[in-house]
Amino acid sequence: MNVAFINPFLEAAVKVLQTMAFTEPQVGKPFLKGKTPVSQGDITGIVGLTGDTNGSLAVSFSEAAILQVVSNMFGEAFKEINDEVSDAVGEITNMICGDARRILAEKGYQFQGAIPTVIDGKNHKICHVFRGPVLVIPFTIGEAGRFFVEVCFEANRS
Amino acid sequence: MTDQNITILAVDDFSTMRRIIRNMLKQLGYNNILEAEDGAVALRLLQGGKVDFVISDWNMPNMNGLELLKAIRADQNLKPIPVLLVTAEALKENVVEAVKAGVNNYVVKPFTAETLKEKIDAIFSA
Repeated sequence: MNVAFINPFLEAAVKVLQTMAFTEPQVGKPFLKGKTPVSQGDITGIVGLTGDTNGSLAVSFSEAAILQVVSNMFGEAFKEINDEVSDAVGEITNMICGDARRILAEKGYQFQGAIPTVIDGKNHKICHVFRGPVLVIPFTIGEAGRFFVEVCFEANRS
Repeated sequence: MTDQNITILAVDDFSTMRRIIRNMLKQLGYNNILEAEDGAVALRLLQGGKVDFVISDWNMPNMNGLELLKAIRADQNLKPIPVLLVTAEALKENVVEAVKAGVNNYVVKPFTAETLKEKIDAIFSA
């Protein structure tokens, strides 16, 4: 994977959560996911990318993290994952993808993004369409919330 | 200061974004807010009633923000309505296309209520 592709997604995730959810996510050490498709979180937004290479982005939240994020975004307390929370995950994923694409465009890499889809449920599977290593960037929000940005690009074109 | 009694139409396929925009507008003192989930629904609302300002997402199914903008500008009754496009990206060619189609301004996600206020004030003071 082209390492130039990684930081834009990290920067975008921080910026989106800071601006829209008034939180300061702390980034952990990135790691390669391995062969398991099982999600790191409880609800995931996933979006395909096409352009200079093909790939996909997944943003996977623990229940605690997404409830805190959405509560901050809307200014009211959310106690469980519901349709509104699911929609918010889609929009957050959309914004992270868009901002990362903007940064990548400034570096000379052009990508188009699809409209995200959202999957939820404990141990759901995230299937990145293209073959390639899946890099996971872990984040923490506050004391209990975690979310994970997964980036996967085609191995033979990146 | 922009007239806060204007009727604003917020268009986005994600209800989250419509809700965020609605909350920001209320924070800024605007209370007459309509919503639509895509450009086609927005156009029907526009043709049926009094809307003074449109804030629309770019990427939407059925009719996207650019298509909605072009439809507004092609309709003699709707043509004067100011349009602010909201986009998750700011690719130069998209901005150029929107300007050619007659957009009044655009804002890039993520954005704050302050940024939205600046964009709205810039449109209505022009």
